[in-house]
Amino acid sequence: MDSPKKMTLHVDMDAFLPATEEEKAYMVQMRPSSTFFRDGVKRLVRNKVALTSFVVIVLITLSSIFIPLFWPYSYDNMLGVTPGRPVDSSYNNLAPFAYGRTELRLQEEGATVFPHIFGTDASGRDYFIRVVYGTRISLAVGFFASIIVLLIGMTIGSIAGYCGGKVDLVIMRIVDIIYSLPDMLMVILLASVLKIGLTPVIEGTVFARIGSNIISLFIVFGVLYWVSMSRLIRGQILSLREQEYVLASRAAGAGGRWIITKHLLPNCISVVIISTALQIPSAIFTESYLSFLGLGVNAPMPSLGSLASDALNGITSYPYRLVIPAVVISLIVLSLNLFGDGLRDAFDPKLRT
Amino acid sequence: MKATEREQPLIEVRDLKEYFPVLVGMFRTKPLKAVDGVSFSIRKGETLGLVGESGCGKTTVGRTLLRLYKPTGGEILYKGSPVRSKADITEFRKKATMVFQDPYSSLNPRMTVSDIIGEPLDIHKSYGSPAERQEKILDLMNRVGLNSEHAARYAHEFSGGQRQRIGIARALALNPDFIVCDEPVSALDVSIQAQVINMFDELQEQMGLTYLFIAHDILVVRHISDRIAVMYLGRMVELADAAEIYERPLHPYTKSLMSAVPQPDPKTARANQRIVLTGDIPSPLNAPSGCPFRTRCAYATEACGAEMPEFREVSAGHFAACHRIDALND
Repeated sequence: MDSPKKMTLHVDMDAFLPATEEEKAYMVQMRPSSTFFRDGVKRLVRNKVALTSFVVIVLITLSSIFIPLFWPYSYDNMLGVTPGRPVDSSYNNLAPFAYGRTELRLQEEGATVFPHIFGTDASGRDYFIRVVYGTRISLAVGFFASIIVLLIGMTIGSIAGYCGGKVDLVIMRIVDIIYSLPDMLMVILLASVLKIGLTPVIEGTVFARIGSNIISLFIVFGVLYWVSMSRLIRGQILSLREQEYVLASRAAGAGGRWIITKHLLPNCISVVIISTALQIPSAIFTESYLSFLGLGVNAPMPSLGSLASDALNGITSYPYRLVIPAVVISLIVLSLNLFGDGLRDAFDPKLRT
Repeated sequence: MKATEREQPLIEVRDLKEYFPVLVGMFRTKPLKAVDGVSFSIRKGETLGLVGESGCGKTTVGRTLLRLYKPTGGEILYKGSPVRSKADITEFRKKATMVFQDPYSSLNPRMTVSDIIGEPLDIHKSYGSPAERQEKILDLMNRVGLNSEHAARYAHEFSGGQRQRIGIARALALNPDFIVCDEPVSALDVSIQAQVINMFDELQEQMGLTYLFIAHDILVVRHISDRIAVMYLGRMVELADAAEIYERPLHPYTKSLMSAVPQPDPKTARANQRIVLTGDIPSPLNAPSGCPFRTRCAYATEACGAEMPEFREVSAGHFAACHRIDALND
């Protein structure tokens, strides 16, 4: 037992400093584990088209929120109308960057007047701010309608998928019935019926400012458009619930709600995000042409659809008034669709077609 | 030996039946008899091996035993009291858990290892503080040979053997008495199989566990089991001590099963007379009348088609279900 001692070499103890906390942390984890979400974001950022679309959406959204805060004109401010004076009709139908009579006088006196970038409409309202407001309304409608669709569709779809059997059968037949209705007809009918019912109810509340039409639009979306979302989620959950980890969770004593929220929904979240992103442009589109048909927002509140509709009256003299909201709608819908496609490619590579 | 015999079994299954309705035609359903009248009991600390070919109802027995499926008939007793009501099942699930076959699909890909192992704890809220939960999880990981730095990782970052260890740690989370091991090693490499099997052995010793070990690899089952049960087409055909059934199988099906076990020594392998069964396993949807094995049995007589053979004790602790058992084994 003595021999090892003899063999001992002199060890330079300075070479064996205890590891610092930093070094220890480095040893524990060579690389932070990459989550599914982070991987998806990485793929999304690499996709130029999706990234550009995302930037466009963010720019449009931010400007629709912030521009009205500092813009000197307001969407319902008729520039030619001053209380106690006759109406100054020189403000109506101004061309882009043209000025009304009083504004010209002010400029002659040396004051600077904020330009009307897109001119004014037939009632002398600044057209640019109306387009911005219209965008705000359209985006809000698209966003909230999709959230409503998401909540209803996700709840019903996951219940149908998880319970299966008779519950599934009944829910899916209801879905089939709603599917088979001509949806545009239903939207128009429901919107006009709900308008009558809703107007007295919301009298004097915040909702009155938004208008009964928009609220009935939300309801119509909620009632009609959840079906495809719930079908999608049901299909996902039907395949996921056969996975053994669901069985393992049940063997550990988990109930239905636990399994749905902890196992099933987190595993179909990518599909949910993608189809919600694709739902937004379709809601915006629907809102636009309902407004175009006169079933959208209440005047004087503009939306992109109602702006386009109003522009029809003067289409030969002022074609740009139709072109501008149409371009904005197209831009929003196109970039949301492209972004949705990018999301799908990034988060669910299997779905790529 | 006498004392253990008088002792109450931990798990007792009486005439367990599990039929699944299968659509035939447009609206008519027909029962698929996955498990049809199986009875057995498992003593505390014992391992019962359950073998049989694919589709014979092994897995269904395991799952129905844990009440993951609602049994069509029969009774499950835990420590002598039946598991029937919802409250019974909730209590039973704290004491009886399961290890699954596929280490890939039995772990949720969106959860970290510590969340997977801690899930049973979360479900039954069996901890006081997050620190206590963390401590329990690390202790479980330690028990199955995982390092603490694995806790924050996701299941896809692990190999098959490590994943199966995670599954085992999850099964141990609530300090169970009884674990159903549903082919826990059949998806693993042979070298890893040995490690995992040995771990099952060690855990049994340390924690006094009782296993129902389902497998189709007879050598694995023989290694770990005290007794072995053989199933065919939803019924139990033979049940005996592991050594006994291996040395002296009574039922013709068990005999052919044992003769198919590969022999490592080529000399004995050559001398071994393989009993090759003809035909396929019949569909459990229209099982043959009488003895279910008679269509493939070399010794079947007309009487075998007339009635179901009784599952009886042929010699002490050795049960078999065959009409011709006395004629064949003399």
